[in-house]
Amino acid sequence: MLNTSRKWQNPSGGFSFENTRRNAVLETSLSEKGYSAPKARKTGTTIAGIIFKDGVILGADTRATDDMVVADKNCMKIHYISPKIYCCGAGVAADAEVTTQMMSSNVELHSLSTGRPPLVVTVTRMLKQMLFRYQGHIGSSLIVGGVDVNGPQLYSVYPHGSYDKLPFLTMGSGAAAAVSVFEDRFKLNMELEEGKQLMRDAITAGIFCDLGSGSNVDLCVITEKGVDYLRGYDQPAQKEQKEGTYRYKPGTTAVLTETVTPLTLDLVEESVQVMDTK
Amino acid sequence: MERLQLHSQIKGVSTGTTILAVKFNGGVIIGSDSRASMGESYVSSKTINKLIQVHDRIFCCISGSLADAQAVTKMAKFQLSFHSIQMDSPPLVKAAASIMKELCYNNKEELQAGFITAGWDRKKGPQIYTVALGGMMLSQPFAIGGSGSTYIYGYVDAKFKPDMTLEEATQFSKNALALAMGRDNVSGGVVHLVVITEAGAKHVVVPGDKLPKFHNE
Repeated sequence: MLNTSRKWQNPSGGFSFENTRRNAVLETSLSEKGYSAPKARKTGTTIAGIIFKDGVILGADTRATDDMVVADKNCMKIHYISPKIYCCGAGVAADAEVTTQMMSSNVELHSLSTGRPPLVVTVTRMLKQMLFRYQGHIGSSLIVGGVDVNGPQLYSVYPHGSYDKLPFLTMGSGAAAAVSVFEDRFKLNMELEEGKQLMRDAITAGIFCDLGSGSNVDLCVITEKGVDYLRGYDQPAQKEQKEGTYRYKPGTTAVLTETVTPLTLDLVEESVQVMDTK
Repeated sequence: MERLQLHSQIKGVSTGTTILAVKFNGGVIIGSDSRASMGESYVSSKTINKLIQVHDRIFCCISGSLADAQAVTKMAKFQLSFHSIQMDSPPLVKAAASIMKELCYNNKEELQAGFITAGWDRKKGPQIYTVALGGMMLSQPFAIGGSGSTYIYGYVDAKFKPDMTLEEATQFSKNALALAMGRDNVSGGVVHLVVITEAGAKHVVVPGDKLPKFHNE
């Protein structure tokens, strides 16, 4: 806790965001000339979590975008933290990936040190302390969900370090689309199938109504008994069959003129290298 | 989610709030709305509690950046409980407000959060201290804060009386909050009220439909 109370000192190792001011100046001078700085790849995502009768269900789409191009059609956005705690990541893809990996290692060490299985609130606190220390420069929004001795829990952590504890949560660019499904149909203590259907519908809303989300729906169901990671639970956006064929017979395009220019080449040197093809 | 935040002054999730604290005969009432927003158009949470308990009879109302406010109040809670153990007695409200003020003043470049610290202690009874954005600390008989407070300055100046009873103070708080939530788009949800007296702290939630209504609502 004391590591957030000391006055700000530039860290000697690890991340350094000193260049953000210089980059901002460079970006404005570049844009005057008509160029634009490269942008970090974002997951442009829909992620969501709900608490149901027996535990937690986390859901995510699987599209990673690079500005307006889909960089990865089937990436995994639900990351492992500990045996009964998983974390969905939105925002900058690299930040979300590395942050969750760091948390997973730190939580494992902490759990070995205390001799107890980790608590979801521990993961949330470590995440928010780290993200607050970096003042929002680490662009990852996360939904942490899991089951521990205190029962099923669900937290969201924002890039600047604030957090929320709620029975249903959505984050990412498709958050508005997904939360509208939850606002309409969420009930406390739902059954497993009902919960999975609701989550599937919420992520599908994000996939169809948000340009940054797409491809498949991934679900992760966490209960007392264990974890059920359903990769590719649903594929709502199938590629359609092409109506016509685009093959043309040779001779479809008429040849109007034909000119042949022979290129006379002299053989200057010949060398043979035998390849071992066995 | 960045596009939701284009014109906001506050980075990240903002509490965009109305908070108030009122001294009455025998204690303090503090109240807040429950909305957290990103930019001016997305409500990221409808039910957050902006009345953070930092000790048994001392509460802090938060406004401004949610991340900064949560970090500062967690730090203050830790320092205050440590101080209370060292002094072997419940802390003074002024001590709690001082801790918040030190944190806000020493980190004024990085932080964007304002607080109203209120509570009851043995030495001076009920007290209210405002700790503003840059670290100014001020003791007042009543205090309002947050973006919604600008709409109710006239109301509170006209209607506040010193030494009110609990019922009068509760009605005053509910009216003020309802008026502010009615006019400010980033305040809303339910009203959280906490009554702090010598006996302890009592938390009441007033849902939207039970709030007082004014003309043409």
